Formats: sequence, structure tokens, C-alpha cells
Amino acid sequence: MPAEKPLYALTGLELLGLIKQKKTGIADILESQSLRTKAVEEKVKAFARFTDNTASGIPIAVKDNICIQGQPTTCASKILENFIPPYDATVIQRLKKAGFIIQGQTNMDEFAFGSSCENSAFFPTRNPWNPDCVPGGSSGGSAAAVAADEAIWALGSDTGGSIRQPASFCGVVGLKPTYGRVSRYGLIAFASSLDQIGPLTKDVRDSAYLTNIISGYDPNDSTSLNLPVGDYLKSLEKDIKGIKIGVPKEYFSLSGDGELEGLDREVKEAVREAIAQLRKLGAEVSEVSLPHTEYAVAVYYIVATAEASSNLARFDGVQYGLRVRSADNLIAMYKKTRQAGFGPEAKRRIILGTYVLSHGYYEAYYVRALKVRALIARDFTEVFKEYDCIVTPTSPTTAFRLGEKLENPLAMYLSDVYTISANLAGVPAISVPCGSSKAGLPIGLQITAKAFDEEMLFRVAYNYEQATLWHKMKPNL
Amino acid sequence: MYETVIGLEVHVQLKTRTKAFCGCLNEFGSGANTRTCPVCLGFPGSLPVLNEMAFEHGMKVALALNCQIQNFTKFDRKNYFYPDLPKNYQISQYDLPLALDGGLKIKINPSATLRIDGERSRTIKDKEKTIPVKRVHLEEDAGKLIHEGQDSLVDYNRAGVPLLEIVTEPMINSPDEAYEYLSELKAILKYLEVSDCDMEKGSLRCDANISLRLPGEKKLGTKTELKNMNSFKAVREALHYEIKRQAGILESGQRIIQETLLWDEALSRTVAMRSKEEAMDYRYFPEPDLPGFVLSEEKIRAVKDNLPELPQALKQRFIRDYGLSDYDVEILAQEKQVADYFEACFKVYPRAKSISNWLIGPISYELNSRNLDIQSLGLKPPELTALISFVDQEKISNLSAKEVLTERLNSKNTIEEIIKEKDLLQIRDSGELSAIIDAVLGANQKSVQDYLSGKTGAMMFLVGQAMRQSKGKANPKIAQEMLKERLKNA
Repeated sequence: MPAEKPLYALTGLELLGLIKQKKTGIADILESQSLRTKAVEEKVKAFARFTDNTASGIPIAVKDNICIQGQPTTCASKILENFIPPYDATVIQRLKKAGFIIQGQTNMDEFAFGSSCENSAFFPTRNPWNPDCVPGGSSGGSAAAVAADEAIWALGSDTGGSIRQPASFCGVVGLKPTYGRVSRYGLIAFASSLDQIGPLTKDVRDSAYLTNIISGYDPNDSTSLNLPVGDYLKSLEKDIKGIKIGVPKEYFSLSGDGELEGLDREVKEAVREAIAQLRKLGAEVSEVSLPHTEYAVAVYYIVATAEASSNLARFDGVQYGLRVRSADNLIAMYKKTRQAGFGPEAKRRIILGTYVLSHGYYEAYYVRALKVRALIARDFTEVFKEYDCIVTPTSPTTAFRLGEKLENPLAMYLSDVYTISANLAGVPAISVPCGSSKAGLPIGLQITAKAFDEEMLFRVAYNYEQATLWHKMKPNL
Repeated sequence: MYETVIGLEVHVQLKTRTKAFCGCLNEFGSGANTRTCPVCLGFPGSLPVLNEMAFEHGMKVALALNCQIQNFTKFDRKNYFYPDLPKNYQISQYDLPLALDGGLKIKINPSATLRIDGERSRTIKDKEKTIPVKRVHLEEDAGKLIHEGQDSLVDYNRAGVPLLEIVTEPMINSPDEAYEYLSELKAILKYLEVSDCDMEKGSLRCDANISLRLPGEKKLGTKTELKNMNSFKAVREALHYEIKRQAGILESGQRIIQETLLWDEALSRTVAMRSKEEAMDYRYFPEPDLPGFVLSEEKIRAVKDNLPELPQALKQRFIRDYGLSDYDVEILAQEKQVADYFEACFKVYPRAKSISNWLIGPISYELNSRNLDIQSLGLKPPELTALISFVDQEKISNLSAKEVLTERLNSKNTIEEIIKEKDLLQIRDSGELSAIIDAVLGANQKSVQDYLSGKTGAMMFLVGQAMRQSKGKANPKIAQEMLKERLKNA
């Protein structure tokens, strides 16, 4: 353990080790963290707000869409600005029980709608590697906080890549668990059939550790599955000799289309090198096919917006959150409240979702999307009959510049092209750092496994991580 | 003359301990918004969990209505904005409901026979008809809006209460049939003990759609939908009104507008609520928070095997085992509690007809005038049978017995105490009667002579005199026997 490293720069398990050896205490960690935050938060703007903690414990940052009892939880939206949940999300209960305290709530795209953190009603978060670039999104605040050593670790949520893409942009580890592995109770829903809470961490070991704490059946979430949770730290001990890895050809043939860009050459190179590294470690790598990949983005933006339009209907000014008081009748109150409370991207998705569910369009859009979703899921099932995992880029590009895609929603949507399929299929996927661009921006490698085989993800990710140094790189803040 | 085509949509609140999708108590009478939690308030992040008892209640009803329980069922979201709906969508069932294709057998025109006396109804043969039940599905209730001056308040205690929706095919052909269907349905729901079925309290609600067509016409006419009917009688009245209204429009060569109408009880008329053009698009889609599920044959069978006896079966059994008439059984079986009470009485006093007469007559009268059900009347079956046996043994008169019953219900005295206190026991002792007979014979020589000369009608006069002398306590039969005996020897 390099003693000269400040406490805030250590991983969670390193710190827990030091505490166990009585080489440091919670108070020292909190102080170190506080100093670090004071020094860099102004540049990064990762947090929506910090918590005044009376309790002591291991600090963790939490995305601002996971309910914490007695703390404002706003989804970075004006419509929930004054909303204070009367209950803890199940993951928060589990963290508290395990001795954690909530350090603060991280910035995000409003209601998790976005891939850049620019759709926050508060302010955009900056990428710690380059303040002119976005941290990714929607869990951009969580990824940036961890990358900037403002947080030891953080929770995010992933509906179409919202943990993995910012993890990739910020050079940290981000896991989207299997749908049903982690309780969604208390996660303010974006798209209920796709949402999943997961950890953003400095390395794979921390990811495995946190996942163990937050996973498991929850009777309050009917979509959580009653399956035993593996010992994820233990799964790291195995090597990956003989493991069969598939590389889907469709993910590498993504070509630019007019103003829309394809797979970045630097990203492609880094992933190729990572694949070579996995071979060196004894994995058997072959090309596979996920033939319905090209429909994933289209299917996603029908299913996700349909569910979102319904999930966000409750924000109407009646019970909680914003109410515009100048209205003189019920309909006017709804309209004025929602007009003032939602940002442009939220409105865009509510309108799109309402449209695809409407009479006369439902069959053509929603029903058809569900059918294609089933085909996408089947693609994965087929591959996993023979392969242990799939390796791809996490994002086709490195972090883009603030404002670059803000006026072009479609270009923004396409930045999730590699991450969306895992949500549609319900399978787990992790992003680990695998390179750096010439501009000094991190590149992420995505590993996907079959449902409820997080052990395989951690095993492959950890073996790769131990053989490289990418996760040790720190931004210069 | 037109053929009437009616379809009914009934919503019943299910009697469960907790609400449909959360742990809040499903009960009335508590302060506003005290039976609420993040789930039934639709708070951000909260998730529904299905109440299995509500689902089982739904299965029971579906099976009792001979519906096909679907092997795979799921929930859907019905999206619309209204302040009493916390999430602005209702969890309901759309294309894969709990059950399909059942039917409920009703008697055509029994309401007419019931209104006539018992003798008459026995001579009328009831016809039977099966009203097809299209679907049965489970959903959640909404809260209640309370308007106070300029303000509107919401009470969410009712939000999330389990509701069962029972929809018929449009194959009901008269308001009387509709009334009969609702009565039969209510009886079944009460027998299953799944709902209070109290229309005034809103635990049973009924909407109707109705259209007219010429006899022989295959195509359905344009329908209107009727809402806001607060009793079965109101349903019948509203349908009668709507038949006249629609017939009037058709007769004048105009077309019916498809619209939703509200029944105004005070004005005895329907008023327009919204037209088809304003009809809502509910944007149904599968509820992603509740996975669909498979119901095994074993589960369905287990529920079916545990169904209690239903009204039809009970009626047949009462006719068979107790030798009661159709008419008696029809009335006894209306309320499960009354039927149960009958059987409890029969156990201690096996004279079915007497018990039945008492339940249909005096007891029913007392229940109505006191607005009570038989359980809250506070009269134990052995008490009633004791009273009946006094009458059957001719110890007291029928008239006195009714007086005793009323007195018993008003006071805490026992039947025996009341009879004694009021001195109602009939005089059966010949010694005691002898003096009265002597006095009557002595004072009515003319009638005695009449009788002895063959005018048998004089006997009734003499008996009447004996009754008068005894202040009504003389047993008329015994008195008559003694008079005859005395005059035979004269």
C-alpha cells in the first residue's frame, strides 16, 4: 500500500483494509474526502447537493434519483425541486445496514434522460479529464465524482447505458446488473422494464464488493428475482483460461452516416488491443453475431419513452413537487406545472412516449418494438449458449464536448448504441477502462454476460484490469 | 316496438385485509388519508406488489360465474389524468384479463312473481336465461375528491382498494332482466364473502350500456352509456327512461348519439356527460412493475374445490331436503345469513315450514322496520324456535306470538318471561275452561237451542263468547270440543 497516496485517492476496499488494520479511521477518511471535494468540486460540479450527516460511516455518493428518507431527491428536475421522500430506497437501506453514510447526491440528466449530464436542471457536470467535455450520462455526476476522487464510490442507474457510458467517459468501472438482481424500490422510475441500479467504482474489486451489498431479492419489488447472490469477490480469484469470448461483428461495422459518426478509430484500436490482452490471458475469442443490433436504438426509444410517459404522469402538481399556482382550473394547473417543471428533453420523451402508445399507433410502434425486443434478447441467448461473455466498446466515441450534441438529440441517442441492447435483453454488462485517446480521454471496454452471471463479468473484468494499468490513471485536476 | 339490448359493467370492492398493491389496511371510516403509504399514494420510486388474497377473491368470483380462468394473466396501465388517481394511471387488466366467457343463470320475470303473493307465484312457471359474462378482471380503485367551496381536497384512503370488474355481453333484453342479473350477482358475491356489495357506500357500482334495434335486426344499434345509478332500482329506472328516450328519437327518424349519460335520481332523467368525440384514449400498455404470471391448473382447481355453496345449489338443496316451496326458498336464499339462520333453527326444531313462515313473515318485518340484518337482530335461533313451538303447540296464539317477538326485541326479557308477564298462555285446562263454558251456555240459551235444532253456525257464536269470556286466552279448538261435548249430552 503506497502510504504517500492521500486517503481520498484510495479504493473502497483499500480504505476498508486500512480501517481493519487500524491504520486509519472513518474520521480521517471523511476529512480527506472533504478537503478533496473543496479543492475540485468547483471544477467538476459532480454533486447536486451534499448531505449533513449526523451518523458516521463509509461515505458513498448516490445518484439524485434514488430516494433517501428526509433528503431532497429531485432527479435533477425542477418539478421535484422540493420533494423529500418519506422512505429509503431498498439499496439505501442495504447500504445503511452495511455501515455506509450518504455523502451527497450526484448530478444527472433530468430523470435520467440523456447521455451527457447536460439535461440537468441545475448545471452541467464536467468531465474531470477535460472540463470542456461532458462526463457522459445520465449518471454523469456519479462517474465524475469517482473519477475526480471526490467519492470513493457511487451508485448510479442504467436504463440504456447510463452507468456504463459515463464510466467509460470518465475512466471508472461501471456495472449494470441483470434486470431483477438489484431492487428498484425507491429508484424514481424512468423506464421500469429497463432501469437497474448499479455501482460506479475505481476498480473491479470495489464493484464486486458493492454489488454484493446491494443485490438480492426484495419483496417490495415484484420484478426482483429470488435467486441466490453469488460471492462476487470470490469470483475474482479465478483466471480466465479457456473462457469463451464472443466479439459481435455488428458492433465494429458501425459506419458514419452523414453528420452522425460511427465507431471512433481510437476506440476501435483500444478495444482490439484489449481483446488481444484477453487472448493473452488464455481466453478463446471468436467473432459472433447479434443480428438485430441495428434495431436496438429504435426499439429502445419506443419502449423507454412509452414507459417514461406513464411513469412521469404522476408529476402533476397535486401531491408533491412543483405546483404552479397561477392556474385557475385543474387542466391549467396540470399544463402550467408540467410546462414549467420539465426540461426540453423530458418533454420530448413524454410526447414521443405518449404518441407511440396512442390509439392507432400502438400496434405499429409499441407492439412491434416489443417483438423486436424479444428478438434482440434471443440474439444474446443464442450467443450465450456457446460463449461465456461478449466484449465490445462501451461507447463509439470518447467524451464529446459540452454543447456538441445538445442541438441534435438523434446524435445524442446514438451514443448509447452499444449499451442499449443489454437493457433490452435484461443481461448484465460492465464497463472497464481500456485505453486513452490522443486527447487524453478515457476509453471503456464493455463486457456482457448472460442473465445473473455477474460472477463471469467480474472475473473477466478483474483479470483484464490486473493485466493493465488503465484503471490506475488519474485525471490531473 | 324495438328490441332492447343492454350490457352491464359491475365494479365490486373486494373485502381483503390490505389494499390491492400495498400493505395499507382496506377499511372505511378512518380519517382522511390515514390509510395511505408511498405505494398507494403513487410516490416516486414506489412499486406495487400484488395482494394474493385479492387475486384469489377474483378467481372465486370468476369460477362462480363459470368463467374460464386464463392460464396466463397480466396487469396493464390505464393512463388518464385525474387528481383522485395518484399515479395518473390505474393498474388494471386489458387484453389478458383474469377470466373470460362465463355466464349467470337468471329467472326471467321472477321479480313480477315475487311482488304477487306466494300462492300466485307457485302457479307461474319461471323461465330461465343465462346472461353471458364476457370478462372478469382485477384493478385498483381511485381516491375520492371532496369539494369545499373554492377548494378541492383529495382523500386517498380508497386509492388502491382492490376492485373486480365484471362485464356482461350485451345480451340483457329488459330492465327487469338487468335487475334480476344484478340481484343474482350480488347474492353470489355475498355467498362468496368477497364483498359487502353495498351500493350506497360504493362497494358495488354498476354502469350500463343500452341500445335499441328493430326485432330481427342483427346489427346492434348505437348505444349510450349510463352512469351514476346508486341502487338496483335506479338502474332499472334509468334503463326504462333511456328506452323511452331512445325510442322517441328513433321514432322521429333521428339518430342516437353515442355518449355517456349520468342518471339524475332527483329529476328521474339522464343528463349528457361526454360524447364519443371526447372519449379518452387510455393508452393501455403492460404494467412493467408487475410481471405477468401463469396460473397452474392445480391452483385453479384448489380454489374451485374450496368454493362455498352458491345460491342456486342452496335453493335446490332447500327444496329437496326441507320440502320448501320455490317461493319460500327464493326469499330465504336471498341473503346467505338468513339461509344459515334457517338451518340453525332447523337443527334445534326440525319443522321447516313453520320456521320458513316466521322468517319470511314476522322476522322479515322486524328486520325491515328496524333496518337490521339478521345477525345484528340479536335473536338466537333457539329463541325463535322456542317461540314458534309455543305457537305450534297452540300454547299461544299467532297474534300473541308476534307481540312477544316485538317485545323480546325491544327488551331483554326472555320469551318465556314475556309470555308469563303478559299472561298470554292459552287456557287448555278443562277444569278452568269448564266454568267459562258453563257461564256461556247459561247466558246464551237461544244459541244453544239454535244449535240443538240443527243450526250448526250457532256453535261459532258460542266459541266466540267463550273466547270473549276468557279474554282471548281460551284455546278455541278445545273450547269448541268442550261445547260440543256438553251439548251432545244435553
